[in-house]
Amino acid sequence: MAMSNKASERGIISQRAHFWFQRLHEGDAVAHLVTLIVASTVLVVTGLLVYELWIDSALSRQKFGWKFFFTSTWDPVFESFGAWPFIFGTLVTSALGLLLAVPVGLGAAIFLAEMAPPKVSSALAFVIDLLAAVPSVIYGLLGIFILVPWLRTSAEPFLNTHFGFLPLFQGPAYGVGFLAGGVILAIMILPYIISVSREVLLAVPPEQREAALAVGSTHWEATWEVVLPYARTGIFGSIFLALARALGETMAVTMVIGNTPQVSSSLFAPGYTIAAAIANEFTEATGNVHLAALMELGLVLFVVTFILNGLGRLLILATAQQGTARE
Amino acid sequence: MNLRANWRKLINVVMLGLSGMCTLLAVSLLLFILGYLVWQGGTAINWAFFTELPKPVGEPGGGMANAIVGSAKLLLLAALIGIPVGLLGGIYLAEFGGRTWSFLLRYATDLLNGTPSIVIGLLAYGILVMPMRQFSTLAGGFALGVIMIPTALRTAEEFLQSVPRPLREAAMALGASRWKTIATVVVPAALPGIVTGMLLGLARIAGETAPLLFTAFSNRFWSPGWIQPTASLPVMIYTYAIAPYEDWHRQAWAAGLVLLALILIVNVGTRILLSRRTPWERL
Repeated sequence: MAMSNKASERGIISQRAHFWFQRLHEGDAVAHLVTLIVASTVLVVTGLLVYELWIDSALSRQKFGWKFFFTSTWDPVFESFGAWPFIFGTLVTSALGLLLAVPVGLGAAIFLAEMAPPKVSSALAFVIDLLAAVPSVIYGLLGIFILVPWLRTSAEPFLNTHFGFLPLFQGPAYGVGFLAGGVILAIMILPYIISVSREVLLAVPPEQREAALAVGSTHWEATWEVVLPYARTGIFGSIFLALARALGETMAVTMVIGNTPQVSSSLFAPGYTIAAAIANEFTEATGNVHLAALMELGLVLFVVTFILNGLGRLLILATAQQGTARE
Repeated sequence: MNLRANWRKLINVVMLGLSGMCTLLAVSLLLFILGYLVWQGGTAINWAFFTELPKPVGEPGGGMANAIVGSAKLLLLAALIGIPVGLLGGIYLAEFGGRTWSFLLRYATDLLNGTPSIVIGLLAYGILVMPMRQFSTLAGGFALGVIMIPTALRTAEEFLQSVPRPLREAAMALGASRWKTIATVVVPAALPGIVTGMLLGLARIAGETAPLLFTAFSNRFWSPGWIQPTASLPVMIYTYAIAPYEDWHRQAWAAGLVLLALILIVNVGTRILLSRRTPWERL
């Protein structure tokens, strides 16, 4: 009796399972719902990220308030934390990276979009995309063993003797420091600037170029005075995206910046960045306040890159839909 | 007048030449990186690198077998998160999504894509390492999986959307439901592209280091199971590169070469596969 009961129960269950499976198989509504739920995990993860960073940094936010951003003591023993040297280092290295990478990146994008034949252009763009696929830690490896010795023995002494009147290029040449961080960031963000700018330039309608050429401008004039203004906003967008990358870049910078929390007017001096501080100190953080302070650094990084990425994407979208040249 | 025209021509040639130089610089950078790694890593690499555990400081030799296995385990976990979410999420965006909600999801995906990987590591630390009170393969794999989601999802969506409408219409005209059309016609048609996207996503996270530092941590020995700290290739490169020992530097170069070779092979290989004709072009 019990046996047959169980069997019939199992029958019902398998029938139900079969029914449900059929609904899944043919039911668009179910498929719609399942994929919707999975797709929404992106939002859930983002939300969770914000929640975690906010909760875990509470201790530090309550203790230091806004002072956290403007003071320079970073003392785990007395649990007194100020993030200014990290913020300073992040800003200086990123600015330097952009300064070096934007002209070169833009130049390469112009070549690829305006001059090279389509086949060559896409082949070269692929090679440049490969540059973006090289992991950060390998850039760091090359940074430690090639860039830093070169800066110490050649580049920094050279800059010091020829431009030493500027405070930027004074002081002893350590090799590691803001300059090394900036140069490595420039190399790393270069492929992003090139590939996004190239796409933005390719989206400029050919009529724009043809009109400029038809009234007698040279190839360069058509590019500089017509195509670039048309694509201006999108190019700014690509720079924003590159800046966001630079700010959050961790390993390569950690390996060459010297990891010394200080504010210095010299680019030769060793420094520290937000991401490097998290990478170096997180596993060694002793007290809860220290951990919370590092979490707050993470929160800062998240918020800033979030804003930059949001703006950058909007600018690129806007350019893709219509040009931004003045009437 | 003639002078002015010549001047303009000169500017034209000079500036266009400069832009060509910029491209040359970027391309030669890759060749330089590759060449240097092959040179340094090639001399340091040997069979022991793949089969032996790291030796204690001071003893020469040893390898990174545990890190290679560790990286493979981390990638497996990441794939288990990234591939299903990427595929199903991509299907939603390409096939079901309404206007507003899709836009929101796409935007969120792009923002997640731009979030520094170290911040994602903090998330994994907060929800896995802290409650378990220990570094683990699980936490590292989770962090990598989250980092993989945006790439996987957006490429899946892109390739699904590139499947021509007539293919769907033909399936529906035969009476297939929407879901059946997607599962039996659209996804198979876009499969090469989707596989490519997933592989590229995996290649991207294979080199991630920062989020692993405080999730998977590191380990000088084998890491059995999933809830113990584990070594991984990128983290090994980092610790060996910043250490003051000559022998470790050589091993770091070897590991760098292995890692970069894997990543570039995936990138170039998928590119070649994709450049062949897609199924519907063959029709």
